[in-house]
Amino acid sequence: MTNRDQGTGIREQMLSRSILLLVSAVVALGGLSHAQESKPWEKIPVPALHEFKPQQPKRIELKNGIVLFLQEDHELPFISGSVEIPGGSRDEDAAKAGLIDLYGQTWRTSGTEKMDGDAMDDLLEAKAAHIETAGDVDSTALSWDSLKGDADQVYGLAMELLFHPQFREEKLQLAQQQDATGIVRRNDDESEIATREAAKLVYGVNGPYTHQPELATIGAVTLADLNAWHDRTLKGKLIVAVSGDFDPAAMEAKLRATFESLPPAKALPPRHDVFHDPSRSLYFINKDDVNQSNVEIMGIGTERRNPDVPSLAVMNEILGGGFGSRLFQKVRTELGLAYEVGGGLGFDYDHPGTFRVIVLTKSASTVDATKAALAEIAGLNEKPFTDVELKRAKDDILTSFLFRYDTREKVLAESVKLEFYGYPANYLETYKAALEKVTLADVNAAAKKYVHPDKLAVLVVGNGSEIKPPLDDLGMGAAHPIDITIPQPKEAAGAGGQESKQ
Amino acid sequence: MQSKTFSRVGRGILMLALAAMAGSWAFGQDLKSFEQKITTKVLPNGLTLLICERPDAPVFSYTTYIDAGDVNDPTGDSGLAHMFEHLAFKGTSEIGTKDYAAEKIALAKVEEANNAYEAEYLKPVGRDPQKLAELKKAFVEAQAEAEKYVIPNQFTEVAEANGANGLNASTGLDSTQYFWSMPENRLELWAWLESGRLSDVVPREFYKERDVVMEERRMRTDSNPIGRLVEQFLATAYVAHNYGRSGIGWPSEVGQINATEAMEFHKKYYVGANIVVVVVGDVKAAEALPMLEKYFSKVPGGAKPEDMTTVEPKQFAEKSVTIREQTQPFYIEGYHRPSYRDKDDAVFDAIQDIMSNGRVARMYRSLVRDQQIAADAEGFSPFPGDKYPSLFAFYAVPLPGHTPDQMRDAIHKEIDKLKTADVTDAELAMYKTRARADLLRGLADNQGLASALAEYQTRYGDWRELFLQLDRVDKVTKADIRRVANQVFVASNRTSAEIDTEAPANNAKTGGAE
Repeated sequence: MTNRDQGTGIREQMLSRSILLLVSAVVALGGLSHAQESKPWEKIPVPALHEFKPQQPKRIELKNGIVLFLQEDHELPFISGSVEIPGGSRDEDAAKAGLIDLYGQTWRTSGTEKMDGDAMDDLLEAKAAHIETAGDVDSTALSWDSLKGDADQVYGLAMELLFHPQFREEKLQLAQQQDATGIVRRNDDESEIATREAAKLVYGVNGPYTHQPELATIGAVTLADLNAWHDRTLKGKLIVAVSGDFDPAAMEAKLRATFESLPPAKALPPRHDVFHDPSRSLYFINKDDVNQSNVEIMGIGTERRNPDVPSLAVMNEILGGGFGSRLFQKVRTELGLAYEVGGGLGFDYDHPGTFRVIVLTKSASTVDATKAALAEIAGLNEKPFTDVELKRAKDDILTSFLFRYDTREKVLAESVKLEFYGYPANYLETYKAALEKVTLADVNAAAKKYVHPDKLAVLVVGNGSEIKPPLDDLGMGAAHPIDITIPQPKEAAGAGGQESKQ
Repeated sequence: MQSKTFSRVGRGILMLALAAMAGSWAFGQDLKSFEQKITTKVLPNGLTLLICERPDAPVFSYTTYIDAGDVNDPTGDSGLAHMFEHLAFKGTSEIGTKDYAAEKIALAKVEEANNAYEAEYLKPVGRDPQKLAELKKAFVEAQAEAEKYVIPNQFTEVAEANGANGLNASTGLDSTQYFWSMPENRLELWAWLESGRLSDVVPREFYKERDVVMEERRMRTDSNPIGRLVEQFLATAYVAHNYGRSGIGWPSEVGQINATEAMEFHKKYYVGANIVVVVVGDVKAAEALPMLEKYFSKVPGGAKPEDMTTVEPKQFAEKSVTIREQTQPFYIEGYHRPSYRDKDDAVFDAIQDIMSNGRVARMYRSLVRDQQIAADAEGFSPFPGDKYPSLFAFYAVPLPGHTPDQMRDAIHKEIDKLKTADVTDAELAMYKTRARADLLRGLADNQGLASALAEYQTRYGDWRELFLQLDRVDKVTKADIRRVANQVFVASNRTSAEIDTEAPANNAKTGGAE
């Protein structure tokens, strides 16, 4: 949500070391079936959980299609809100890749017709209040929060920004410079390279989910583009969510007054993206200044609407993510080859996610660690899941399930998400019920249906001179080098790229 | 990590409206209301238990805060505290083993075999390659023998199967923290697990875990340009104090830590008097305390270990580090400042806020917005720790075409302004307002609250300081800021580090493993 971060990594360096890097939250167990004499922890009573009914937000659908959510919460004297707007970077023109990011920054920093962004900063920060805008892959959003006593003023200002923004040239240029810095620096960090290039192996080099901002494409973005984007997407089906310490009747009246008079919302045209499995190939990117390889094993995932998703979630739990998963047990605990290892089959709300397994290992063990990870993936089809694995995976998921709705804020965020993607409001309940019913046969069938070891691409980013034995030993044929040279714009256009030395 | 952000953003920011400043907003959240929710108890072994009742949902979060981190690693064993933290996930004599009696004997043999191997390996002269190979083989075999008794990752599996959420731990220079959240009906199960691993650690799979930690080092430090720079920056800024030492450990040191050393670290630092355990959530103190007391009384007692006595000598020479490599330029500089106990602690927080917080901050407005030379620029403190005198650091990320030199000059101009002119009334008021609001916002999160309460209970011996420090925030004056800036931000107290970009060598980019 911050408009300023250019991924310096300095903040990460300030954090301390942890036992585990959270890749994707999943867990279970591999190969533990020995009898143990005493399990003292099983004698500890687990009483019934205190009764709990998460407070659902009030949902109001206006005649024009706009949906409002109100979530009261009087614990602290704050009120916050957001407007979610359909349309994001996957909908931008690839020739202007980066448009949404620039829009997300410039919208707020430019401010409104009546008050420029700098003046807004002064006013809001003095009250410890915030109004921010941001762009995402499928949406953009405006959000605000403040102490209760300032809430009316901050809401008014946020609505000014929503309906009467004034995009300003100097703020667009500022955003272009910031993004140019990100582009020029994007090959400094090994894991950033690996994550970015791995996605392209599945979604294509210039697909809607992977088209990459370049100095030329961000330089091509104009104020007219930002205005056009704003005018177009604001006609969409907005989702307005407010939470905090307010009187619900008064808040509802206020939101209605703002949004009820808008014309009927227009849905975005549906997307018709085509997704393929990658081919079973090996790719390599050389980086001289590292002593560890980032290995990415990539395939196509599925959509969350798919009825097999509960079975796949259980499979993921068994494969990778937490301490008990097959990948963690094998590659980290047993072989000691990685600190970071994990992954699974991804399911996004409205398009296929990726199948992704990653291992970070010292250069010399690249081949061993890759083989070990590939073997665990193949094992999803070859090494039958056990009752012990199934039970543990389901226990992990189901016992911690209430952390999806243990705060009012999470309940509200979930409601907005389900509304945005058109899922039923009781989705979490039906999903949980489906998880409870998953059988061993279901998981075995899902693994066979969705995990195709012959359709997985492998990407290694690492120091070629240290990788011994060489990648040839993987038996996947010669590695295809990927050129990640950063293209320089043909003419020095705006965005600060003109002086780059690279 | 959230909890770390909470604590870093500041000692200054973690304070509350006790004196009600702006009308209604200390509402329901003042110290009094927390007095009613919080129960503390110091057990006979010295361990402090703190329960904060927040029954909104049937869950709880906990933080176990050990007042020891990598700053306490003995000389030659940098990375030991962190290595031990990894060991604390390997189980106890009751969990993670098929037969502890036999495993214990096997582990003793592993240690013997390691010692024999290392003694030969480290021989300065006359190392016998054949003998070394034999000893290595014996070491590997001894490990394999011990592993026969291991049920790998059983400790964490039991936690996760019982709903542990956000299970993790972190080791910093000052402290080691363990934390997760769980459904409230697993409180006793958690108490069994947590008290077990604090009191009954087994050096299980130690040497493989050491390999894992070496991979962590490669990821965080060796293969990351900023990681490399920061390690050199701190090593240069300090000549005596352990804040200058690699926290994750120098490769030759962390690579040779043995299990005996890790267990000695545990014996010395994991005593009751050095541990605070905080539980926040749907827990009734009156009901839970007797049960928790029963479990946590297992932790050994003993005197609180002595604090480090090394004091970093006053810096009198400006120092700098330049890394020339093919990554993009970067600049950071730091000035020694006193510890959190100093009377000016809140003044440093005020400076950080005014220089760095948001788009109104001076460094953003100057370097990013107006001069347009940096993509990001901030000053922050304390770094790399807060328990001992540390650094106030400034960094800037140059825009394409701009250099570290320009960053340095621009940062110095901003520092000079702090020294030669007062900050404005509006800036000072903004700091005080934001400090309060940020504290309030943090109170709504069980895990963040647990971490903050544990930190304040440890650092001040009283969690109330989390709120009482507001007093110090309120007392910061414009003159204080100017005085402190003039005292601290001087050239002889400065260490800087930068990355200068080198042109790529010929045909470096084609590479590829053959």
